[in-house]
Amino acid sequence: MKFLAVVLFALLTGTVHAQGKTELTFYYPIAVGGPLTKVIDNLAAGFEKENPTIKVNPVYAGNYDDTRIRALAAHKAGQPAQLSVLFSIDLYELLEQDLIVPFDEMATTAEDKAWLKSFYPALMLNGTYKGKVYGIPFQRSTIVLYWNKDAFKEAGLDPEKAPASWDEMRTMAAKLVKKDGAGNVTRWGVMVPSTGYPYWMFQAFSRQNGQDLMNPEGNRTNFTHPDVVNALQYWVDLGRKHNVMPAGTVEWGTLRQNFIEGKTAMMWHTTGNLTAVKDSAKFGFGVTMLPASKQRGSPTGGGNWYLFKKSTPAERQAAFRFIKWITAPERAADWSIATGYVAVSPAAYETPKLKTYVAEFPAAAVARDQFKFATPELSTFQTGRVRKSLDDAIQAALTGSKTPGEALKTAQAEAERLLKPYK
Amino acid sequence: MKHVYGWLLLTPAAILLVAFTHYPAVATLADSFFSAGTALRPSRFVGLDNYAALGGDPVFWQVLRNNFWFALGTIPTSIALALLMALWVNARLPGRALVRLSYFTPTVLPMIAVANLWLYFYTPQIGLLDKVTALFGAPSHNWLGNPDTVMGCVIAMTVWKEAGFFMIFYLAALQTLPPELEEAARIEGASRGYFFWRVTFPLLMPTTLFVLVNATINSFKLVDHLFILTKGGPDNASNLLLYYVYQVAFSYLDTAYASTLTVVLLALLAGFAVVQFQLIERRVHYR
Repeated sequence: MKFLAVVLFALLTGTVHAQGKTELTFYYPIAVGGPLTKVIDNLAAGFEKENPTIKVNPVYAGNYDDTRIRALAAHKAGQPAQLSVLFSIDLYELLEQDLIVPFDEMATTAEDKAWLKSFYPALMLNGTYKGKVYGIPFQRSTIVLYWNKDAFKEAGLDPEKAPASWDEMRTMAAKLVKKDGAGNVTRWGVMVPSTGYPYWMFQAFSRQNGQDLMNPEGNRTNFTHPDVVNALQYWVDLGRKHNVMPAGTVEWGTLRQNFIEGKTAMMWHTTGNLTAVKDSAKFGFGVTMLPASKQRGSPTGGGNWYLFKKSTPAERQAAFRFIKWITAPERAADWSIATGYVAVSPAAYETPKLKTYVAEFPAAAVARDQFKFATPELSTFQTGRVRKSLDDAIQAALTGSKTPGEALKTAQAEAERLLKPYK
Repeated sequence: MKHVYGWLLLTPAAILLVAFTHYPAVATLADSFFSAGTALRPSRFVGLDNYAALGGDPVFWQVLRNNFWFALGTIPTSIALALLMALWVNARLPGRALVRLSYFTPTVLPMIAVANLWLYFYTPQIGLLDKVTALFGAPSHNWLGNPDTVMGCVIAMTVWKEAGFFMIFYLAALQTLPPELEEAARIEGASRGYFFWRVTFPLLMPTTLFVLVNATINSFKLVDHLFILTKGGPDNASNLLLYYVYQVAFSYLDTAYASTLTVVLLALLAGFAVVQFQLIERRVHYR
């Protein structure tokens, strides 16, 4: 019996070592069978072809929350992944669980160090803690403004000129609102989604109004600054005072459909929707940077590569190699064209295929140009709770149950209570 | 020897129960007395601190209130509707199988699929509901984006989903009622309403109790739709206790507080079950 077990064990483990292969497992935040799984599978296969000693197993694990849960559960169960793509704002959580190692430890050669500096600086902010790089940008996005050129023409506006300031957006939106004979709105001027990720949209408003919502150490929030309160007031007023946006919350999941069916003339949404809108919009549409109040501004979003601590040196080396390979300019360009996500390095935009693509479809470069004004996505210690208290405050203000000042005061008090131990 | 044999027969079921029901329940209770541990701050015994935090957590009280309204909105309506549908499809009518099937269809669909369908019903302007009301000239309404209407929307969808399932139980019970009773009542000249309230309804009481217990449990257990429809929003207006447990455990990674909430949920459900069985059983006639 014992002998049999030993033989079995040898067989099982032997299959891996006999071929001298290093096996890597990574979690990837996407629903199984989604259109992007094929792209990732192809990338993994391409890497294996160039690196025959390494085998890569992608595990598709649902949305960002699900993926984090599964990666943490696998870690607790003793079967950790060696690397994963997780939410860029999971950094503090992963640090607190002591799960990840900085890339600086692996990047010892001059070439590797140059690689670490090859990305857009705006994309590195969410992955850096105390000067060390823990997250390498991969599927990253920002918020952009989509506008319906046909609707602009119909309303007597210049279809090639999108609003550049808050005032312009409000006055243009007012002209774009269309009503039927009974006075019911059939087309809204603008929609900004406020379910799912309200804090993300709000970061854009407050950045535009001159304020960031948290400090780089992730232990202080800035929700009650007058400029922040005014930013929320502007958002609330679009719906409740100027009637250019529906009052109440606007659903994230169905907003794209609203825009495609012409029920709103403008929308704020992630660049991750670009390819989908391009494929289904039956009218001319434009994409531009978000409008400015005191300055332009948008948070970055999306997923980063992380290296996990629980791995053998050989595995970690292989994982590092894989991440370097998959974020190289050629692959970043392919990835950006296939998905609409931003290509993560300036070098990727210099590749011939992305140059051609941007020339044909200039909207693809808007997100890149907006990086100059970008701010990292809201991320602090106790990030889930801090984010939720801000989400609740935004929704309370939008639905009219609290004034922006009151709502943000509650959220700030909650955040201060949560962050006290981290100061 | 007989004892050994008996225990052996019990073992497989006992192992499953202990491993997947009793042990997790006890472990949850134990966890609720500790703080959530991370690698940097290991978990430590905190006594009743988590329960004290619960008392001062406004979201907890709100989800409890919401759950109360959700239960009140779904349970009586879906039971009454189930009974009505069962009586209707129990009668001789053409295409009976088809009507039964169509009533039962919502039950067959997964909750996530249902929520995705209803999300598009409720969507302002392009949704089915707004398209229909627009025919009558009503303005577009932001059903899920308004804290006053969101709970009603969630309740309506749940009733639609649940009633068909409960109908099956009533239908089965109705078919076991002996036809002599109805004949006797007709001979005595009893009206149909009188017959229903005095004969059919009392005889259906065991089914009603069963359905009531299930509906109550479901009103605390069914939260799948929230993931798609509202994520508990706006501002927690449609958040329910179990969904809050999920948020605390997996978004905030605070397993200790999630355990505390789970203990409260378990205690609530156990309490309801005891009350229902004790009080209502006196009025139930088993044959």
